[in-house]
Amino acid sequence: MIASDAGVNFSVRRVSAMVRRYWYLLRSSWPRILDLIYWPTVQMLMWGFLQMYVAQNAGFFARAAGVFIGAVLLWDILFRGQLGFSISFLEEMYSHNLANIMMSPLRPVEFIGALMIMSVVRLSIGMIPVSILAIAFFGFNLWSLGLALAAFFANLLLTSWSIGIFVAGLLLRNGMGAESLAWTIMFLFLPLTCVYYPVAVLPYWLQYVAWALPPTYVFEGMRALLIGHVFRADLMLEALAFNLVLFAAASFAFRKLLQSARVQGTLLQTGE
Amino acid sequence: MDASDTSAVSVDRLVKLYKGVAAVDGISFRLAPGSITGLLGGNGAGKTTTIAMIMGLVTPTAGTVSVLGAQMPKERYRVLHRMNFESPYVDMPTRLTVRQNLSVFAQLYGVADIDARIAALAADLELGEFLDRPNGKLSAGQKTRVSLAKALLNKPEVLLLDEPTASLDPDTADWVRSRLDAYQRDNQATILLASHNMNEVERLCERVIIMKQGRIEDDDATAHLLARYGRATLEDVFLDVARGRNQREAAQ
Repeated sequence: MIASDAGVNFSVRRVSAMVRRYWYLLRSSWPRILDLIYWPTVQMLMWGFLQMYVAQNAGFFARAAGVFIGAVLLWDILFRGQLGFSISFLEEMYSHNLANIMMSPLRPVEFIGALMIMSVVRLSIGMIPVSILAIAFFGFNLWSLGLALAAFFANLLLTSWSIGIFVAGLLLRNGMGAESLAWTIMFLFLPLTCVYYPVAVLPYWLQYVAWALPPTYVFEGMRALLIGHVFRADLMLEALAFNLVLFAAASFAFRKLLQSARVQGTLLQTGE
Repeated sequence: MDASDTSAVSVDRLVKLYKGVAAVDGISFRLAPGSITGLLGGNGAGKTTTIAMIMGLVTPTAGTVSVLGAQMPKERYRVLHRMNFESPYVDMPTRLTVRQNLSVFAQLYGVADIDARIAALAADLELGEFLDRPNGKLSAGQKTRVSLAKALLNKPEVLLLDEPTASLDPDTADWVRSRLDAYQRDNQATILLASHNMNEVERLCERVIIMKQGRIEDDDATAHLLARYGRATLEDVFLDVARGRNQREAAQ
């Protein structure tokens, strides 16, 4: 036995091994990198031109600078953050490598940590060029939001990780049968978190559901900033509180699903 | 389980039920440190499930597994860095090169000098010519050598092998066996080898456990099994067990 940092404690070394593994994969495949940029660019262009059209024909709120384009960029942080997490996890299943990983000394919390880091890496590869294109095409500078952007980003990323963790648990427990959830689960958040319209538009009873979801606070906060020029720190703190509950619930669910996968033997058989 | 137990692996009344059906049905055995044991059985005999429970990948329904003094799966992180496994049913990322794959796993297992270890394994297992080739571009035999290299990266004290030569041509399979034999001799590792290949088990293993329908049908030194069943080869012994012939009938 020639292990140097053996033991039961959290290991940054093991987390960095997994990050390296995903980085090797990403850089070996230009279609994977293109995919990170392609859809955010298409979305941003479509909503940006729509906003230009609306600005010429609609009232004050619709004309408010960057509401649509800001919404689409923040939505992409939420959606791509979760997708970046889940796709990295799925790569292990696609390559039949999951048993190697699960039988190695890598702890689940380290695995999750590596997936979180890769979610940020993948998101950055996609969003940084797209945010620059938004300046070039529409004069919308996401970076000018400054501290508010950091608060939006942190809250959206926390939500995306929570959903990613939950989906990873479902994949461990149910195998590739749960794959479609990885691609579609976030779309449930699209109407409910009021990405493109205020919460007040929803039926009264559905507003309770919307306010239970952390991204709703972020999108309302974005509109308050772009339309009313007010940074609503209270909304960001409420989003953070809901996010902490969501993250704890997702981690608990992951733990239970992993235990169930060990009981059902599904870690051995991760196919359909 | 006995606290003074010095076995490398200790399996006690182990049961695994899937939806009420027993994949493993109350098996017990111990593996002495430095021993090499064959786990024989037909399809569905419970070999892979047994290995998965020893690795802590599957939680037993009943019974206990202890590896190097740690209860599995509860205490698996105490010992996983001292164990390893190989199976043709598990693959490594195809787009990563052999060197990248080995270096990632070396880091996961906490290997101290990764480059030196990979170089040593590359020389020993003759990986040099394709070390920088993507794993997906290798032949079946080359992939098996890479999987074996991954299994030996951390110089495991306990090595679990699930049909390590399945789908290999006889020459490559023989080559793999010789490397396993050498590793066991040089490192005094404890090896459990699940296989369908009787010649392989006969050549490598000093002891054989024969499983059938989740139960242990026989467990003895290879030579004793041959003598007891009055057979010249382990394959004949296995067929006797598989077809339900007892030792006396087989000897007659």
